[in-house]
Amino acid sequence: MRLLQYAILILVAVAAPGVVLTRDPKPQVVTLSFYGLLCGLMFFIFQAPDVALSQITIGAVMLPLLILLALTKMRRHNMRQQQKAQK
Amino acid sequence: MSSRARTTLFLVAAAGLAVILVLGLIDLPPMGDYRGPYGYVVTQVAVYERHATDVVNAINYDYRAFDTLGEEFILFASVVGVLLLFRPSPNQQGEQEQQKGGDLEDDEESLPVSDALRVSTQVIMGVMIVFGVYIATHGQLTPGGGFQGGVILASTPILIYLAGDVRAFEKITSSPLVKLAECGGAGGYGVIGIIALLAGTHFLTNYLPLGTTGDLFSSGTIAVISVVVGLEVTGGFVQLTQVYLREIVESQLKREE
Amino acid sequence: MMLHLSYFIAGWIFLWGLYGIVTSKNLVHQVVCLAVLQTSTYVLLLTVGYKVGGTAPVFADIPVGTPVVDPLVQALMLTDIVVEATVAALLLSMVVKSNELANTVDPEELRILTG
Repeated sequence: MRLLQYAILILVAVAAPGVVLTRDPKPQVVTLSFYGLLCGLMFFIFQAPDVALSQITIGAVMLPLLILLALTKMRRHNMRQQQKAQK
Repeated sequence: MSSRARTTLFLVAAAGLAVILVLGLIDLPPMGDYRGPYGYVVTQVAVYERHATDVVNAINYDYRAFDTLGEEFILFASVVGVLLLFRPSPNQQGEQEQQKGGDLEDDEESLPVSDALRVSTQVIMGVMIVFGVYIATHGQLTPGGGFQGGVILASTPILIYLAGDVRAFEKITSSPLVKLAECGGAGGYGVIGIIALLAGTHFLTNYLPLGTTGDLFSSGTIAVISVVVGLEVTGGFVQLTQVYLREIVESQLKREE
Repeated sequence: MMLHLSYFIAGWIFLWGLYGIVTSKNLVHQVVCLAVLQTSTYVLLLTVGYKVGGTAPVFADIPVGTPVVDPLVQALMLTDIVVEATVAALLLSMVVKSNELANTVDPEELRILTG
């Protein structure tokens, strides 16, 4: 059990720089979702099921979804600006 | 200050912060050596006092219900803020009228949605709604509670949108029930507390009959608050996704006509 | 020393999140780095509440009296996760609005406020 706990802690510690060092937002969303899942697994291993449910629904689904929606909205605006500049 | 200078300054400061953190954290009790008395007291007492088997939710919705009230209002205020920021501004409305003449020459939209995605969405949707309602109403018995169930319920319209059914998404998210759920949830939490005040006890006391431990209708106001919080969270997140997708949905519906 | 590893990991994640915010060239990347920063507090709270040999604080199928981990700290973590989602939603809407008004998401170019 203790080995499992240390293993998941090391995984989380390695994944966090992985999220930060992905500079482009679109791949970073995927990395963030995976990191949220890893954190949810960590909560589960540390005997916190309530928090794990919350983290998986929010950190691995809702937060990447909101970021993707924001990126879509910005891309639409940028495309409209480009077309206006072309005209 | 140039970017390189800023990074160097940050690295120096981070080294100092790391030293302070190490010195500060090394004196804490090691992992696993739990000393606090409050945890022992609560786990001995919560099941007998409140007839709720999930002690975390009993703390969230009963012992520390006031903190959860503040947390729900943080969510409410954030949704109000996002809705305010995205209201159509006057020059945006002028742009939209210009745009009606020549539509956006999109090469992005109208990717055909595969049949597998549509069928699997229709199958999963019912399961998701039932699962979300189950988690939101069984907050006092098993891990879960209003917040988690509400988020699960709120991701169902997004699944409908991703499966290609834009019309159904628009009809679901623009119905007044969504706003009613959110405001009713936020207000209902306050009303539950104020009823306790009017009955003579403190704000947010547990005054409903407690029932037997392990039943669905047990633990008094914990179950009611859990459902109310689930309603508010569902309404809030559905509104958030609707306000982000509003323009895209409008242009997609216009193109279908 | 090995038992304090999780505290150091919390500090490590915190410093990486800060590094991401400081050296970011995209506002959306900054919001994600803020979310990573907030997960360091989860690790810290998790470690504070953990008890060796304890199970989940849900007594649906175990008798009252078995050693469990601290439930109060888990209630704090639930609030923390809600706040993370809330703050990220509001910040993202501000990023979208700033992109509309200034046509850029680069914080370097946004430094000079005009008008």
